[in-house]
Amino acid sequence: MGIGYIIGIWLAGFLTIAIFTFLYKDNPVYKFAEHLYVGVSAGYIMAIDYNNILKPNLFGNIAIAYDSTVNKGVFDLAAWSYLFAGVLGVMLILRVIPKVSWVSRWPLAFMVGLGAGLNIPVTMDATILAQLNSTLCSVWLPNDPGTMVFNILLLIGVCTGLIYFYFSIEHKGIFIGGASRVGIAVLMISFGAAFGYTVMARISLLVGRFLFFRDEWWPTLDIIMKSIGIS
Amino acid sequence: MLEKLANLDRRIIFLFVGLAVLIPIIFPLGLPNAVSQPVQNIYDFVETIPEGSLVFISFDYGPSTKIECEPMALAVTKQLFRRNIKVVGWALWPEGASMARNVFDVTGKEYNKKYGVDYINLGYKAGGSITIKEIGEDIRSTFPQDVDNISIDKYSVMDGVKNYKNFKLGVSVSAGVPGLREYIVVANSIFGVPIAGGCTAVSAPEMYPYLNSKQMVGLMGGLKGAAEYETLMNYVGDASKGMDAQSIAHLLIVLFVIMSNIIFFMQKKK
Repeated sequence: MGIGYIIGIWLAGFLTIAIFTFLYKDNPVYKFAEHLYVGVSAGYIMAIDYNNILKPNLFGNIAIAYDSTVNKGVFDLAAWSYLFAGVLGVMLILRVIPKVSWVSRWPLAFMVGLGAGLNIPVTMDATILAQLNSTLCSVWLPNDPGTMVFNILLLIGVCTGLIYFYFSIEHKGIFIGGASRVGIAVLMISFGAAFGYTVMARISLLVGRFLFFRDEWWPTLDIIMKSIGIS
Repeated sequence: MLEKLANLDRRIIFLFVGLAVLIPIIFPLGLPNAVSQPVQNIYDFVETIPEGSLVFISFDYGPSTKIECEPMALAVTKQLFRRNIKVVGWALWPEGASMARNVFDVTGKEYNKKYGVDYINLGYKAGGSITIKEIGEDIRSTFPQDVDNISIDKYSVMDGVKNYKNFKLGVSVSAGVPGLREYIVVANSIFGVPIAGGCTAVSAPEMYPYLNSKQMVGLMGGLKGAAEYETLMNYVGDASKGMDAQSIAHLLIVLFVIMSNIIFFMQKKK
C-alpha cells in the first residue's frame, strides 16, 4: 500500500464526507466538493472524448486523406468525408455566438433526421410490435393457474392503462369511467414499484460509501496509526 | 405531539437512515438472500454455453454507479472464466473502459486468464445505438484497436471475430443510456444475439417488459440482483455485504411511510 494510494483514499473519504455535509445544510465545504466533482468530470470526459473521438475519427482520418491525396495522388473520398462531420461539429458550436447561432440548426436537423431514421424502425419492432406480441397471451390455462392469473392481470393492466390514456372520449360511465379508474390504479402500482426500486438504488449508493469507509479507508487509518507509533 | 411528528426535521430521518445502513455494515446480520428467476435465468444460460465460446460484456457505467454495477460485472465475468468462456469487453460510456479494466484485472488474476488470449478490453466507443449496430456489421471497423491502442489483429481472442454471430451471449451492465435497452432494441432485435443484462435499480422496472416478452435472457436489478448472482457463484462480494444494510434501511423506510400515513389521516380527522 503506497503513500499515493493512502492519499487517494483519504481524499476520497474527505470528499464523501464533504458531500454528506449537505444533508445538514448547504455549506462552503459541500460547494467545494460539488464544484470539484463537476470540473473533474467535465475535464475527464473532454479528454476521453478527444482521444477516442476527435483524434482517431476526425484528425486521424483527415491526416490519412491528406497523405493519400498529396503524397500518393489518390483522392480518398471515404477519409475526406470526415471533414464534412468536422464542419457540422464547428457549425454546432456556433450556437454560442448569438449573431450566427442559427447556423447550429442545420447540424442539429441533420442529427435529428439521422437519429430518427435509424431509431424509428428498430424501436417500432423491439418496443411496440414485440411488446404487443407478448401481450397476446392465452387467458385460459386451467392446468397452470399461476400463469393464467398473471396473463389475466397483464391483459387488464394493458387495456385499462390504454383506456386511461384515451382522451377522445370522456372518462364517464361504468365501462370507460370504471376502466379508466382501474387504469389509474395500475399506473399507481407501477409508480410505487418504480419508487421502491429508486429507494433501493439510493440506499445502494449510501451502502457503497459506507463499505468504502469500512473496507478501504479504515485499513489505511490502521497503517497510519501504526506508522506514528499508535496501535 | 402529532404536529411535532408531522413537521419532523428531515435531518432526523437522514440520521435514522444513516444509522440503519451503518450498523448492519459494522455488525453484519447474515440475512438470507433468495435468488429470483430472472437472475437464475442468466446463470443457467451461461452454464449452457460451450467452453471456448465467445461472450461480450458491455461496461456501460461509471464510478457513480460502481457499487451497483461492478458486483454484477464481476460475478458474471467470474462465471464465464470459470467455464473457460472467452470474454470481449467494451464500453459505450467514457468511464466504462476503466471500469472494464478493474473487473478484468481482478477476475483475470483469480482465474489465471491471459489478456488477448482469454479476454480483451476494446475500450470506449461513442455513438450508442449506432455503435451497437456497427458492431453487428463489422466489429473490426468499430474497434480496430484495443483500449491500449494496439491492433486487435495481434490478439488471438479476436481471431475470426467479425460481428455478433461470433458471440453466444451479450451482457450489458448498464447504468442508463446508452445501455441495456439499446442492446435489446438493436443487437437482439436486428441481429438476434441473446442479451442478458444488469442495470441499476432505478432503471430495473422499465426492463421487466423486455423480460416478459423474452427479448432478454435474464435481468439483474440493482444491488439485490448482484447479490443474488454472488449467491449463485457461492462467494460474498460487495453486493452481498451490503444486503443487510439495504434490507434494514428498506424496513425503516416502510415504517416511515406507514407512520407518516397514520399521522396524515389522524390530522385529517381532526
